[in-house]
Amino acid sequence: MFETLGDRLQSAIHKIKGYGKITEDNISDMMREIRLALLEADVNYKVVKEFTNIVKEKALGEEVASSINPGDLFVKIVKDELTELLGGESSPLNLKGSPAILMLVGLQGSGKTTTAGKLANFLRKKHSKKPLLVACDVYRPAAIDQLKQLGKQLNIEVYEEGKKDPVEISLNAITYAKDNGYDYVLIDTAGRLHVDETLMTELDNIKNKVNPDEILLVIDSMMGQDAINVITGFNDKLPLTGVVLTKLDGDTRGGVALSVRHLTNVPIKFIGVSEKLDGLDSFDPERMAGRILGMGDIISLVEKATESIDEKEAEKTAKRMQQGKFDLEDFLSTMKQMKKLGPLENLLKLIPGAKKMGLNNVKIDPKQMAHIEAIVLSMTPKERRNPDIIKASRKSRIAKGSGTSVQEVNRLLQQFDQMKKMMKQFSNGNMKLPF
Amino acid sequence: MGLFNKLKNMFKAEKQDKSSTDFSDEVLCDDLEQLPSHDKDSIRVYEKGLSKSRKGFVSRLADLTSKYSKVTDEYFEELEEILIMADIGVNTVMDFIDRLRDRVRKENIKDPSLLKEIIVDELFIIYVNDEVLSNKINFNENGPTVILFVGVNGVGKTTTIGKIAHKYKEDGKKILLVGADTFRAGAVEQLREWSEKVGVGFYGKEESDPASVVYDGLELAKKDHYDMVLIDTAGRLQNKVNLMKELEKINKVIRGIVDGGASETLLVIDATTGQNGISQAKAFKEITDITGIVLTKLDGTAKGGIVLAIKESVGVPVKYIGLGETADDLQAFDIEKYIYGLFKDMI
Repeated sequence: MFETLGDRLQSAIHKIKGYGKITEDNISDMMREIRLALLEADVNYKVVKEFTNIVKEKALGEEVASSINPGDLFVKIVKDELTELLGGESSPLNLKGSPAILMLVGLQGSGKTTTAGKLANFLRKKHSKKPLLVACDVYRPAAIDQLKQLGKQLNIEVYEEGKKDPVEISLNAITYAKDNGYDYVLIDTAGRLHVDETLMTELDNIKNKVNPDEILLVIDSMMGQDAINVITGFNDKLPLTGVVLTKLDGDTRGGVALSVRHLTNVPIKFIGVSEKLDGLDSFDPERMAGRILGMGDIISLVEKATESIDEKEAEKTAKRMQQGKFDLEDFLSTMKQMKKLGPLENLLKLIPGAKKMGLNNVKIDPKQMAHIEAIVLSMTPKERRNPDIIKASRKSRIAKGSGTSVQEVNRLLQQFDQMKKMMKQFSNGNMKLPF
Repeated sequence: MGLFNKLKNMFKAEKQDKSSTDFSDEVLCDDLEQLPSHDKDSIRVYEKGLSKSRKGFVSRLADLTSKYSKVTDEYFEELEEILIMADIGVNTVMDFIDRLRDRVRKENIKDPSLLKEIIVDELFIIYVNDEVLSNKINFNENGPTVILFVGVNGVGKTTTIGKIAHKYKEDGKKILLVGADTFRAGAVEQLREWSEKVGVGFYGKEESDPASVVYDGLELAKKDHYDMVLIDTAGRLQNKVNLMKELEKINKVIRGIVDGGASETLLVIDATTGQNGISQAKAFKEITDITGIVLTKLDGTAKGGIVLAIKESVGVPVKYIGLGETADDLQAFDIEKYIYGLFKDMI
């Protein structure tokens, strides 16, 4: 559902990947792309503005300057901020009452009745407890019938009294639930506009009488900029405890998900992902953010790097590379850092498109790495800082010390020389690792 | 570009009562005295329905022109925000702003109050695009006029059918409602209740193939000489290939029974819909020949601006708008009145 948003962000990020550094200049194009992508995804205009400002600020900050690859770190910033926008952590239902009472509210056509059925099914499955559905939509023709049919399909009982007063129906339903040992009562209310005072008062009356554990606002994920008026409209009149986002199986980019939490502080608790009655998922902000970006793997790579690499050390090395002063001491320290990242094969698999490039099956001999390390360790500090002084006699001493051959020492020195030349070419701010 | 003046004249009288920023029916009754009564009524319905939608949008546009004494970059940025908040598609807005900037530069416009008129005109141009647009329903001369209603889930297809049935029943047509939404629980029953409420014919069967329901319904319509057949279909998300195929099948069945097939295929769109509306219009137009849009739920705070983008990018005009839940809350769409409704306080 979020594919296009992810693609758009990807291509925007791709643009700066070529740059070694993020600057005010090269970031502005990208911020525009991100802005448009978010607006096209129906993210609230104000949220977009704030979001792009935060991302820009962080991207221009120091942490990016000293990172291994500004593009990747940028991705991480975007993802972190997205996760934050989506609410940080997932928030489960709070069902303490006996029976626990859930009330579903929302605009017409947002999917309340279907969600009520799905949620009852979800609760029964997950907690193996007994839910009761209550039909309180006494206005829309055949709404009660709809819930009854759902109940029949799910084999869950539906409490209804026809077109009576919804407040009374819900009160009676709770008495009924208590008498008959139901654990959950799910009240399906009629769709209404947040500006319809009479009907909003009715909801308030139900709330006051039944004192629900959860009041869930059901929102269509295809909603545009008006979503915020609806959410705040409902939230102002009722203490909403959560949001259910429906119809996410369409091709909507569902930007409303990004606006909900940020503008109201009401957490999204569930998402509707299919028309089937088990098509309800718990909402997970981090997973959703990854889904929006469509780049979960590179993120774990960047995360690994941030976790294990000593930033100061890396910064020092990078600086020396830029100045063309990179020597075997730096090489050794870089290699130690690399080792902390774990087996190289695993790292390669995390690179986007690794499969396409055949990198997922590459075998790297850890012994070879160990040999290289041994060779460098057998050099004196002076030799490491100035490899040019390593001539024949030093070479044979190093080979003996490291248990390798002079040929191997030669190969390493040659490779190091090439690497240094390459670094000089890239020295204009590019800080790629020498691997 | 006479639209602006036309609109202005339409409610010139109202301007005298400057104190009434709030919208009440009494004010309108006085002000619209000069207009033919039919026009008056329809304008009033627009205004009633759009009054909530309009509040934010128009007062902000008005603020904008009074806030800025000069046309600056900030002015454009804020204008962009206002238009995007009305759900007028992102690309449409960006192009619109670019065109506006161009015009401001070429014509050396410095006064924001002059720009107000241009904004209204340009929005009108986006929608009309040199075409002759009709909001009339096409009738089939030889046989029942079939109108097929399609759209995603929960936009208000069934309710819209109830309203349209009511409208044409008043015109003396003999109408049959066909409930081919055999998927959603209670959908057929919902349509049947509408048919009773409005007093028109009904055919529908739950848990059967929608195409076969349409077939039986049309046979019935022919036999009993119905003038109009309104077919309700299941809500379907436009990316569900199999469900979209089902629509093709329904169309085939209609063509097999009625010469020329459906006279109208109306796509029902919820006014709260955002950018996805464009995708909906595109996908449905690919599968079935959409002849018009019904924009529902305009009585809330949503502005339904996406219809401007849909008209611009997909070329489908709006035929009706829904402004409430009762059978009367349906109006033929009129772009001039729509813009009038949105911009009333500003002009």
